[in-house]
This record gives sequence, C-alpha cells and structure tokens, in this order.
Amino acid sequence: MENPKLNIVEAINLALKQEMERDPSVLIFGEDVGKDGGVFRVTDKLQAQFTEDRVFDSPLGESGIAGMAIGLAMYGFKPVVEVQFDGFYHQMLDQMLQHAARMRNRSRGRYTVPMVVRVPSGGGIKALEHHSESIETFVAHTPGLKVVYPSTPYDAKGLLLAAIRDPDPVIFMEPKRLYRAIKQEVPLEDYIVPIGVANVLQEGTDITVIAWGAMVREAQAAMENLKTNPTTAQYSVELIDLRTISPIDQATIFASVEKTGRLVIVQEAVKSFGPGAEIAALVAEKLLYSLKSPIHRVAAPDITVPYLQAEQWYLPNAQQIQNAITTVMAS
Amino acid sequence: MSDIFSQFDPLLGKRLQIMDENGVISADPAVSALRPPELTDELIKQAYEKMLFMKMADQKANNLQRTGRMGTYASIRGQEATQMGAGLVMKPEDWLLPAFRELGIMWLHGIPIENMYSYWMGNEMGSRPPENVNCVPISIVVGSQMLHAVGVGLGMKKKKEQKVAVAFFGDGATSEGDFHEAMNCAGVFKPNTILICQNNQWAISVPRSYQTASTTIAQKAIAYGVPGIQVDGNDLIGMYVAVKTARERAIRGEGITLIEAYTYRLGDHTTSDDAKKYRDPEEVELWKPRDPLIRLQKYLASKNLWTQETEDQLTAKYEKEIEAIVEKAQAIIYNPSDMFDYTYAVLPPQLQAQKEELLRNLPQI
Repeated sequence: MENPKLNIVEAINLALKQEMERDPSVLIFGEDVGKDGGVFRVTDKLQAQFTEDRVFDSPLGESGIAGMAIGLAMYGFKPVVEVQFDGFYHQMLDQMLQHAARMRNRSRGRYTVPMVVRVPSGGGIKALEHHSESIETFVAHTPGLKVVYPSTPYDAKGLLLAAIRDPDPVIFMEPKRLYRAIKQEVPLEDYIVPIGVANVLQEGTDITVIAWGAMVREAQAAMENLKTNPTTAQYSVELIDLRTISPIDQATIFASVEKTGRLVIVQEAVKSFGPGAEIAALVAEKLLYSLKSPIHRVAAPDITVPYLQAEQWYLPNAQQIQNAITTVMAS
Repeated sequence: MSDIFSQFDPLLGKRLQIMDENGVISADPAVSALRPPELTDELIKQAYEKMLFMKMADQKANNLQRTGRMGTYASIRGQEATQMGAGLVMKPEDWLLPAFRELGIMWLHGIPIENMYSYWMGNEMGSRPPENVNCVPISIVVGSQMLHAVGVGLGMKKKKEQKVAVAFFGDGATSEGDFHEAMNCAGVFKPNTILICQNNQWAISVPRSYQTASTTIAQKAIAYGVPGIQVDGNDLIGMYVAVKTARERAIRGEGITLIEAYTYRLGDHTTSDDAKKYRDPEEVELWKPRDPLIRLQKYLASKNLWTQETEDQLTAKYEKEIEAIVEKAQAIIYNPSDMFDYTYAVLPPQLQAQKEELLRNLPQI
C-alpha cells in the first residue's frame, strides 16, 4: 500500500491506532478523548475501534489522570493519557515528579511506570490564557522522566511509538501550532524514532542552529530568508532538530559545534533556565575553545505568555533567528 | 445479610463497633451477629500475638532512632487493630499502597521488618518488596497514593481479577486534592479498590476538627456515590468486618469503599516531633484505656486464652526475634551505584558519566 501524506494530528492518530492493535495493554484516557476524539481530534475514532474499555473519558482532573495512569502502569498497562492543554500539565506535575518519575528508583526496580503523557504544547494558535505554554523545562528538570518534542509527522509517529514502548515515563510534547501545518509521507509500517537522538535536518560547516518543536519551522524559514541576500546566502548553516529534550543528545550537539564553532539556540519557552541554557552550558563546558564567537539564544522574553493579541510579538520568529545567525557569523 | 452501610450510616452518627474497650462483644444481636464464624477465638488470639509483635517492632524502631541508628520514624502505636483487621482480610495477591505509618499492615502483607528498618535507616532498597509481595513503597507525599490504588484497582477490574488494591492514609490526607480526585474517579470507574483512612485524630499538630468541618470522614464518601463507614479502628473485629465487606463488594464489581478507622495516635507524629507541645495530656489519658491491645487481652482472658505469664513469655521471645532482625537490617549495605541505577531502565550516556565521576570521587562516610 502506498504511504499516506499525513499531518501531525493524523500521524499521531495512526501511531496510537497501530500500537493499540499491536499491544493490548495500551490504554488511552483523558478529558474528551473518547467520543469527541480530543479537542484537537488526535484520538478521533479510536474509542469506536477499541471500545470504551481501552479508550475512555476521565473526570476533569489532571492529577487524577496522572495518578490513575501511574497505578495502571505499575499494574502492567501502558496508559497514554492526554493533557488537554500545556497549561494544565502543572496540575499533574506533582504526580509526575513525585511518583511517575521516582517509582522505579524508590522501589529499586520492582515497580515501573511505562506511561506516556501527551501534551499539546506551545503558542501560535490564538488560544486562551494558559493555553500556549512551553513546559519542557519543568519536566526536563526531573530525573526519571523523558521529554520528547517532535516537529514533523514522520517523527511524531516514530517518537510516539518509541515513547509508548519505553519502559519509563515519557512526556510527549506536540507542537499544536504545527498540528495541521505540514503534511509529510508517513510510513504505514512499524518504525520508531529513537528517544535521545537529535536529527541533523541540514548539514553545514559555518554555524549550528538548534531548535525543537514549532521553532524548527521558524529556523527553516530563517534559513530560506538568508538565501535572499548574497552575503548571507554564503553561510553554511547546520540545522539540528533536537527532537528529544531529555535525555539530550550531547553527541550530536558536540559534533556539530566542534565542526562549526558557532551556535544559535532557538527556544519557544521563556529564555532563562530553559533547555537553551542547558545546551549553552554543555557547549561551554566541553567546547569553549572551539567557539569562534559567543553563543546566542533566541527565546521568548521572561514574561507571562501574553494573550492572543500580543503573542506574535512574544513568540520567537524567523526574523530574530536570521538576525542571530547574522550577528554570530559577523562576530 | 443486612447492609452494614445503612446499619452504620455515618450521617446518623453511627460507628461500627463489635467489641468495646472492655473486651466485651456487643449485646445487640444485630451487631454481634456481624462477627463471622471464621473469626474464631483462636484466630483472634493469633491476631493479638501479631499485634503484640508489631507493637514491639514499632517500639524498637523508636529506640533505634533514639540511639542514633535510624532516621526519622513514624510510629503506629495505638493503630495496631486497624492494620491487623485489614491484614486478616487481605490476600497475598492483593496490592497494598501504604502511607508512612503502616509498619503493621506492611509486615502482615509480607514486607520483612528488616526491610522496613533498613528503609528508615536510609536505604531505599528496603522499599523493594520481595518478589511475591505486592506492596508499593510508602508514600511520603501525603494523600498521593490513593489515586495509584484507584489505578491498580481499575487494572484488576479490567483484567477481571478477584483481587483488590488497598490504600492506607491518615485523616490529614483527606484534605489533599488528590483524595477528592481519587474518590471522584473511583466513584465513576468502580475499581477493585479499598480506601482505608486511619483517622488517628492528629496530623502532626493539627487536630481532626481543623482538617474538615464534616462530622465524620466516612460521610465524605456519600457525595461521591460510594459507601463509607466509620469503624472503631481499635476494634479488631469491627475492622475485620468492614474490610471484608469492602473486599467482597470490590471483587463483585461494585467498586470502592471508604473505611474511616476511628483510632488514636498514642505516640508523637514521628521521632522528630514532641506532641506534648500541642496536645492536651488529658486527651491522651482518655484514649489509653481504649488501647486496641488491652481490650483484646481482656477478651482473651475471659476465654482463658491470655494470662500475664503467656504475655511475658511472648514478649521475651519477640524481643530476641526483633534483636536478630535489627542485626539483619544493619547488615544491609547501601551500594552507592544504586543511587543511579534505577533512575531509568537504561542510563543515558550523560548520567552514566555522572555516575562514574561520582563513584570515582565518593567521599568516605
């Protein structure tokens, strides 16, 4: 059969469907994921196929969703739960940090929590307050959790299958702004994109740009813009889609920066204390003397995510990334 | 069989008690008839002996802390019957999800005392249960384990298994949001779960009356559409009946039961606490005669199954056994690589590197 062209929503739906067919221990629950198929339709038609026993609506309470999932996961199921919007992850943060992340360690390997939390993430869709957050720092700072954040339909399917099969809890962030923005050929057959492995989207020798989630598209747009100017068109940019926030793929980052000597990090979340800071610190610890110019971070300012009229000013954009590349190349 | 939930409706101020504090079985035939035939005097005698053992093992933990051989410890003193009653009902295939004041029920469910001592001495390996024992690590985060019990119980229900998940927690835990979410989700999903609140009247220094304006904790169940019952937690027979009824309901697919074991924390909150600072000594004096062991002594004596002499013999025997357990616990060595090795199934390369670096330069303790 020919591989379909799918957007991210469809690719995740396909992954869920195929994995539920393959593995009877997979369960889906969360708010509105049943008949409604989720507010973004990611779980569309799954309840009809797999019955309410395996795909069911939960009461409205994120801590309850996480806590029950932990119990089910310890008991041998593989729950894939949905947090309706990023801003509500925090209501399950306690369960995830205190129990999901620690159960393997606290029970010295006797109990494990192989669950996945799907989190529609980030801004750019003109949503309500608390609906446009970037939570990766909160989760990546927790030993015992893994955090992935695909930017393409192909990676979304492959990373989700890897996440469900992972023996440890995985936070699966979905760039809601890209949910239906791109279509890509997605194999029908089984494949995984391994957790902890970044993707070099474009090779280059002058400068490394690292992005993840919706910012990958902004970085790609910036690189297109660079081609319109004869000077900047000469820049050989290496673009890395981080794909996994934690555990971070140090090897790919180091290999690239060692080669290019220049680094721009693009992060949708507020600037301070985020993965961008972590990457900059890693590079400073390991490769300071390989750097030809200071590291530059493009990120949101350290303010509360503004409401929809202002989010276009707040979100990092291609122009800022283009400027950063130009600045780093010039210094 | 009459429905104990209507017979002991918490909204009518009823509390299930079959044996009173003088060791006398209720004269009310509707109450005394609740004692099931399998709960023979011989079984009660054996249960009493186990309660004596857990009381002594608990006291030993306090002593170990006082002599600097253990970290902070939370005593179960006064709550032995609550845990014994549940322990008599629970089957090995059931799951236990304890809070941190559960030495008794954990031991009854199969956790060796030396494991618990080792844990409180500071080694997480003590939280790894033996392979055939289903007991998750104690929950230090108050009230968070009830949801896990709902999840485990839901899993049992989905697998159509005849077993239950039992969570223990205190009265303070019912103020946590996760108690509400657990009750709410359990009401909706009807899992194979029993929630046992050890209402020992105190959450560190805060009395029960400051936790909730509800007259009882049991009545909270009603709003979630599930049965709740308040039991004299110091009455072994009452606890047995309540937990047995809850277990039967659960495996029939009828969902959870909230059991409020009305008991009393005779000791401090933990070894780091001094309850004299905030608790009226007269209140403690009031509860001392209600001690769950004393009433069983009286009952068993009336059946010629207890004498001070047998008590002294048992005490001497248990002292020796517990000393041997302490030695076993102290022989459990903390392997430093354990700190790292259970963070993930496979350590990511950077964590492996951190482990190697730390172990290379490990400070001598």
